Amino acid sequence: MDKFTTLTGIAAPLPMANVDTDKIIPARFLKTIKRSGLGVHLFDSLRYRKDGSENPDFVLNRPPYREAQVLIAHENFGCGSSREHAPWALLDFGIRCVIAPDFADIFFNNSFKNGILPIRLPRAVCDQLMEDTKLGGNARITVDLERQVVVRPNGEEIAFEIDPFRKHLLLNGLDDIGQTLQHAPKIDSYEATRRAEMPWIPATTG
Amino acid sequence: MSSTPRTLFDKIWDSHVVQRLPDGTCVLYIDRHLVHEVTSPQAFEGLRMAGRPVRRPDCTIAVADHNIPTVGSRVPSDIKEQDSRIQVETLEKNVKEFGVPYIPILDVRQGIVHIIGPELGVSLPGMTIVCGDSHTSTHGALGALAFGIGTSEVEHVLATQTLLQKPAKNMQIDVTGTLGFGCSAKDVVLAIIGKIGTGGGTGHVIEYTGDTIRALDMAGRMTVSNMSIEAGARAGLIAPDETTFAYVKGREFAPKGEAYEQAVAYWRSLPSDAGATYDATVRLTTAEIAPMVTWGTTPGAVVPITGAVPDPTEIDDPGLREQAQRMVDYMGLAPGQKLEGVPIDVVFIGSCTNGRIEDIRAAAAVAKGRKVADGVQALVVPGSGLVKRQAEQEGLDRILLEAGFEWREPCCSMCLGMNPDKLTPGQRCASTSNRNFEGRQGPNGRTHLVSPSMAAAAAVTGRLADVRQLG
Ligand code: SF4
Repeated sequence: MDKFTTLTGIAAPLPMANVDTDKIIPARFLKTIKRSGLGVHLFDSLRYRKDGSENPDFVLNRPPYREAQVLIAHENFGCGSSREHAPWALLDFGIRCVIAPDFADIFFNNSFKNGILPIRLPRAVCDQLMEDTKLGGNARITVDLERQVVVRPNGEEIAFEIDPFRKHLLLNGLDDIGQTLQHAPKIDSYEATRRAEMPWIPATTG
Repeated sequence: MSSTPRTLFDKIWDSHVVQRLPDGTCVLYIDRHLVHEVTSPQAFEGLRMAGRPVRRPDCTIAVADHNIPTVGSRVPSDIKEQDSRIQVETLEKNVKEFGVPYIPILDVRQGIVHIIGPELGVSLPGMTIVCGDSHTSTHGALGALAFGIGTSEVEHVLATQTLLQKPAKNMQIDVTGTLGFGCSAKDVVLAIIGKIGTGGGTGHVIEYTGDTIRALDMAGRMTVSNMSIEAGARAGLIAPDETTFAYVKGREFAPKGEAYEQAVAYWRSLPSDAGATYDATVRLTTAEIAPMVTWGTTPGAVVPITGAVPDPTEIDDPGLREQAQRMVDYMGLAPGQKLEGVPIDVVFIGSCTNGRIEDIRAAAAVAKGRKVADGVQALVVPGSGLVKRQAEQEGLDRILLEAGFEWREPCCSMCLGMNPDKLTPGQRCASTSNRNFEGRQGPNGRTHLVSPSMAAAAAVTGRLADVRQLG
């Protein structure tokens, strides 16, 4: 997983509450063998018209937001099913950070597992940031995880909270696997003991 | 070691804890990881993206089962449905790249992952066994802690040979008495789910105890443990005993000779200690168990074949009443209707619940000298190539074919209809599988879960029938 330290990029406004995982990535795109490549289906029903062409009114189809790395939304972002395809699709599109007043639990957890930083900020602050995005190509905001601040285009800093353990994982690019691999010496010694005590456990390699 | 009496679950759990983290989460060691084509592609892709190897290929084994056709060419590149073909081909590519042992589709040992694990001796007592599939609970019949995991966890196990887990609660389900004529393990587990409900086991690992369970052969124990997940449990367990040891002996991947003796000595230490306590205990007697049949779209909606469809209007709880009404409507049944005599269109004998040789013998015993009723399609899909070969050596295929059954190649098949074997809308099926959810066997298909002999009885009468009446 890529480290998340500081991000400076375009922020896209999505002034909607209860954006569910079906909106983020519809169920019909789940019969896939990949977690990459889902970005083209991100927000499928909002992004494309019935005939498959792009909906020019949707924010992510408009410059400069096509390049967005931050998404700003309203309450309860990511509700619905537990599919990990939702963070996979966001990440594949290029979104590394979502800012909203609050998030659905599973999506919140799944985001961290996939290197996406979800930030909870009060609704009024989210609205303020959405205003900032109207500066178009100048709407660059900075998310500094180390210092736990979001920096507005005018330089004003807004502090945010994050669980210290999750912060540690993101800063070091550790997913659950990376985290567990920090216990690798313990796993090694467990395996050695087990081999000594239960030498009869056979291998599947025949 | 502490002298507190421990359950079978506690013992397996304790012996696999690599590290206990401050919040109680454990890094749990995994002895066996079974991999199939549907839930593994993103896990392998994750490894590739992170540049990680499979930590223990020698603890891992892969097979394709869900998408495989049961007729015609079984060469992967000939699979007609593109999604299915790509999933199978991707698995074959991944196992090669990561050096994971693989059982090819044309190998006689290929079959449903939960059939072949025990059959090949890959799954052994006392182990932790995982697979990206909820019916991994099947392997608990050997006295192994076996449970299903999601795709991120598949990747986690491939990379670390461990999982981050919190312990489950212990539930005991004790079944006593001698099973009546015409009753089998399937009826035992359907009766259990009928009694405790589809959420009855939530948060628990179920240990099945009692003389009824002890008297079951390994195939029957696997049928019971397989459906633990249908009661909401994380896993099912049955203490290993002489029946288990005899079953394991001589299997391809099982320990041999001196190693086998050492293993048995260890396995004997696994059963729950006298005085071990459970968080919950449920008791059943065989007096409550008859040949069972489901009438609704959850496995808990089940009655004896002599029973009737319940009347939703008699249910007090509004939520349950509405659910029952929806199930009765979906199934095309009437409140109060007797289950016996309901005409059926399709019979499916197979799946990881009932696709073993014992199940095919039970079906053939009923089919022998009889004919599948006019207009009924009856499918027999052995759970593995080895089951199929054994059945053919015993002449069961001829008995079934003569009776008008179709004799297919091993796969999950109509259990979930990912391959071409599906119900068409409105078709009614007597099925030996484990799930009767809406659309499980095909869009708008209607599933009645039954035992193999009951399924065969339905095939030859064209109706849901009481196998005891056939003699
Ligand atoms: S037979 Fe059915 S339940 Fe068993 S693994 Fe296959 S699809 Fe799943």
